[in-house]
Order: sequence, then C-alpha cells, then structure tokens
Amino acid sequence: MASSASYVETQSRTGAFWGLLALGGLFMLAAFAAFLHFEHSGHVVTGMDNQIVWGLPHVFAVFLIVAASGVLNVASIGSVFGKPAYKARAPLSGLLALAMMAGGLAVLAADLGRPDRLVVAMTHFNFKSIFALNMMFYSGFFAIVAAYLVTLMDRSLAGYNKVLGFLAFFWRLALTTATGSIFGFLVARSAYGSALMAPMFIIYSFAYGLAAFLIVQGSMYAWNNLKLDEGILARMKNLLAVFVGAALYFTAVMHLTSLYFARQTDYERFLLLDGGIYTAAFWLGQVLIGGILPLVLLFAPGATQTRVIAASVLVVLGGLAQMFVTIVGGQAFPLEIFPGYAISSSFQDGIVNAYSPVIGEFALGFGGIALAFLITVVAVRVLRFLPQDDFAALKAED
Amino acid sequence: MSGDMNRRGFIAAGAALAGLTLAPGIRLIEIASAKPDNEPVTSKVRWGLLIDTTRCQSGCTECVAACGKENGLGEVKKPRTDAQWIRKIDLKELKTGRAVSLPMMCQHCANPPCVDVCPTGASFKRADGIVLVDRHICIGCRYCMMACPYKARSFVHEPHSDQNPEVPRGQGCVEGCTLCVHRVDRGGAPACVEACAAAGHNAMLFGDLNDPESAIAKRIREVKTTQVRADLKLDLGVRYEGI
Repeated sequence: MASSASYVETQSRTGAFWGLLALGGLFMLAAFAAFLHFEHSGHVVTGMDNQIVWGLPHVFAVFLIVAASGVLNVASIGSVFGKPAYKARAPLSGLLALAMMAGGLAVLAADLGRPDRLVVAMTHFNFKSIFALNMMFYSGFFAIVAAYLVTLMDRSLAGYNKVLGFLAFFWRLALTTATGSIFGFLVARSAYGSALMAPMFIIYSFAYGLAAFLIVQGSMYAWNNLKLDEGILARMKNLLAVFVGAALYFTAVMHLTSLYFARQTDYERFLLLDGGIYTAAFWLGQVLIGGILPLVLLFAPGATQTRVIAASVLVVLGGLAQMFVTIVGGQAFPLEIFPGYAISSSFQDGIVNAYSPVIGEFALGFGGIALAFLITVVAVRVLRFLPQDDFAALKAED
Repeated sequence: MSGDMNRRGFIAAGAALAGLTLAPGIRLIEIASAKPDNEPVTSKVRWGLLIDTTRCQSGCTECVAACGKENGLGEVKKPRTDAQWIRKIDLKELKTGRAVSLPMMCQHCANPPCVDVCPTGASFKRADGIVLVDRHICIGCRYCMMACPYKARSFVHEPHSDQNPEVPRGQGCVEGCTLCVHRVDRGGAPACVEACAAAGHNAMLFGDLNDPESAIAKRIREVKTTQVRADLKLDLGVRYEGI
C-alpha cells in the first residue's frame, strides 16, 4: 500500500476462522433454542417470577449495552480529542460498539413476554417513559455510529468524520445516562431511585467498554502474530486503570450516601453484609475481581500484553457481577410497602426473593455475547479493522 | 342541567328496559346507574376503594377467591408465578406488635409510576382513575412491575385456558387489578367488595371519591384514612382505615 502508515494484511488462517464462526454459531443456536422454549412455554420455565422479573438475560443485555456505549470511547478520544493512537483504533471501536449493542438488544428483545410485538415497541411511544427514550437512543446509536464508521473508511467522506465523531460522543453519553436512569427512576425500590445511577453507569461503561476493546485488540494482534507498541499499551492500560478506579469511587460514594439515609440502611446491610450471593457478588465480584485485582495487575511494574488482557477479562467479569448485584440484587431485597411493620403474604412480601436461573437464561445471555462476537469476527475478516498505527504521528504527539 | 338529567334518566330507563328484555337476571339498580357504552368515561368520576382494616379478618380470603373467580385467574397454585391481582397481607407493627390484616391490590394511583415507565403506553389510566393494561400493546417488558411500589402487577407466566370472556388475558403480558372495570361500567361494584359484604365483613367500600354525597367520600371525611407509601405522593384511589 502506498501510504505512510504501515498497513498489515490480516492473515488468512481460513480453517481457524471457520472454527470461530462455528463456535459462535453453537452459542447462537443454544440461545435460539432457549428463546423458542421460553416463547412457547412462557416464562414459567425460567428462574424468573413475579418478584424477580428481570433475571440473567437482563444482566447480560444491560452489560452489553453499557459496554457498547463505552467501547466507543476509544473512537471518541481519537476523533473528539484528537489523539492519533486512538484515532487508529476508531474503526475497531465503532465496529465493537455496533456489535455489542446488537448483542445486548437481541437478548433484551428475546426476553420480552411478547417478542412478536417488537414492531409495537417501535411504533407506540410513551414519551414520558425512559425505556421508550432508550429505544430511540439505541436506534439512533446504530445510525450515527454506522455513519461515523463510513466516514472513517471512505476517504471521500472524511470531512464529516469530526462532526459525526462529536455527535456519536454526545449521543453515547446521553444513551448511557438514559440506561442508568432506567434504574434511577425507580423511586419505590431501596436499591435504585438515585440520580447517581446515570453518571455511575457512564463510568462503568468507560471501564467495561475499554476492557472489551483491549481484549479484542489483544486477540487480533495475537491472531496476526503482531506485537502492540509498548507505548500504546502503556497508555491504554493506564486509561483502563483510571476508569476502574473511578468506577470504584462512584460505587463507594453511592453506598456511603445510601448508608447516611436511615430509610436505606436496611438495604445496605443486606447488600454489604447479609445478602448471601449478592453480598459475595458485590465484594468478591464487583469490588475484588472487577476493581482491586485489575488495578494491581495494571499498576504492577512491567505491564505485558497478556497481563493487560487478564486485567480486562477481570473487569468484564466484575462488570457482569455488578449488573447481577444491581439488577437481581435490587429486586431480591423485599420491597418496603409498610415501613415499620413485619409483613407476610402469599405473594412473597417481606422476604428476600430467591432466584435460581435455568440454563436457558445463561444460554440467552451468552447468545448476546456470541452475536457480538460473530459480527466482529466476520467484519474483521472482510474489512480493515486492525488498528494501523502511524508511528510518525505518535512520536510527534509525544 | 335539568336537560342533562332528563337525558340521563331517559338513557337509564331505556337501558333498564333493554336489560329487562335481554337479560332478566341483571339487577335493576346496576342498570339504572350504568354508563351507556357509547359514552366515554369522564374524569368527573374518580373510582376508589376504602378498606376498613378493623373489619378485615386475618385468614379470610373471600376477596381473593372472588377476584380469582371473576377474572378467570383461578386459585393460586404456584405462588411464585401465578397472577395475584389481590392478596391478603398480614402486618405486625415492629414496635408494638399490633397486628393488622388487609387486602392489597392495584392502588389506582392518580400519578401511576407504571404508566410513566411503560414504553408503549400499554399501561394507562382511564379518565375515571382506573389504571389498566392494554393487552394489545403490552410487550411484556415488565418495567411496570419494577416501578410499582405495591407489587400490584403480575406477569402471565404460562398459557392458560378457561378465560372469562369479559376479562381477556394473554401469556407474556402484564396485568393487575382492573377494579372489575367490566362490572363498574355496568354500574356494579368490584367482585372483592361484593364478596366481602356477602361474607358479612363489610370491610371494603367502593364508590366515587369525587361525589361528596357518596358513602365512600362521606366516610373519608369522617375518619382518618391512610394512603400506603403516602411519601411517594401518588394520590391513591385506594385508602385504608385503621393502619
């Protein structure tokens, strides 16, 4: 290629490529089987019930949607803030954003009571509903990010790149604000109903998105026997550490403010001390695996590509734990209808709600990841998404 | 005003005559106060319930059984997943140990969180204050169940038969107490209220909160009543006495 940038063709390895497709396809097939089963028999065959109305599928779906908006940050840092090292990664960032958003939305739609009415959801809008606003943000996200990708790949349209980059950046901030507000607007439940939910979800999305990006980027480099420039690796790992630290900070502030309000202390006691699996998922999953361990890995001297990927995997696992705590844990804690009273009924009032997900719910959730994976694998195969670093520009920036 | 009354009287008499001819079993008093089908519901009326917890007995589930029968819900066999539009709650005040029993159902808020959050507008409030779900556009996202402060809504978890034709239900949709809107529109009272009276408890009073002459409005003027989670300022259609 006659360009100053050092382009590298992705290696063919056709057999391995088909192997990846088959692997993703298997997960998709399992998810589709679970979807048909739930659709035919009703949600009675899942672990969800009238108390835990959102289960594992929502955990995966919301994680993917939040991470999708976050992964776009890499492109934003390039296009909006003008950093060449990130600009070279903008196409992959945009692709992952689209793929993960598609995966998350597919899971969300498959878990609806009436997935056949998806058209209804797209034609009837209650504009007061943050859920309806989210649907518009998601659709707009696809359009804007797709257009942005086109301006990155078609040089004749490069003039629009900056404008669309800005638009995508603000759109994704609004989108994650709206996603966090889905929980922030639930006034009656102790676990939610906080304005902090929106900015906290944005910080979470920064961390989860960048972690997902680093995993994919690392895999692509390994696949092509390439070594990521150490300077770039150091920058991106430091950024991830900042995001992970900020996520921990927001989590701490959220719980400290809750502890301050007398009406919230019961829920905090449940989550932080005696909530069983939710307490474990919070301290071991969200805080230790998703926060402290990645920070140790990222800040320990002599960062390697492998260690950064390991830290990123931990951030993703911690993110899933966080969604489990937020979504399922928040519903497991009994809704306080009569404060000051012990309450009992045939409708599980006053007790911690049990939730045992069935394998189909896992299948549905992993199906979302598989869809994102398949879209990425195919797109990377047919188009140029491998980051192409212009080292001269990078040096000039330093 | 008098012309309006005459028209209303004429319609009521006509409906009564039609009722006598077509359905001899229907009580005249219901027909006399029924709203004609071709008239929209009006916000002049605000339907409500007053529940006297001092008359409600722990262990009595007459209202629950009547609701199940009227709305084709049947008996609760799977408490986790079966629909429960109304449930009996037993309360014990933590400090004093005072025990209270009461039925809990959709509180028919004037500012219903379920309606606010519903993405498609399937959750809606009628002009007369009854909060309903449009089963044609409910997509089964269950956000309303997350938003309801009273756990008043149920999700239809499995296919079912033996529906009451007046109360259509569908797998994958969310539903809740309709205040027996099909009976109310005919001038009747909700099934739970009738069952409670038939059992001799008379703990439930149904009527128009906006009509100062209605029994419910008079009672609410006379005694202290409570709206559950009044701190949320949802302006409930269901009030409780004695808690």
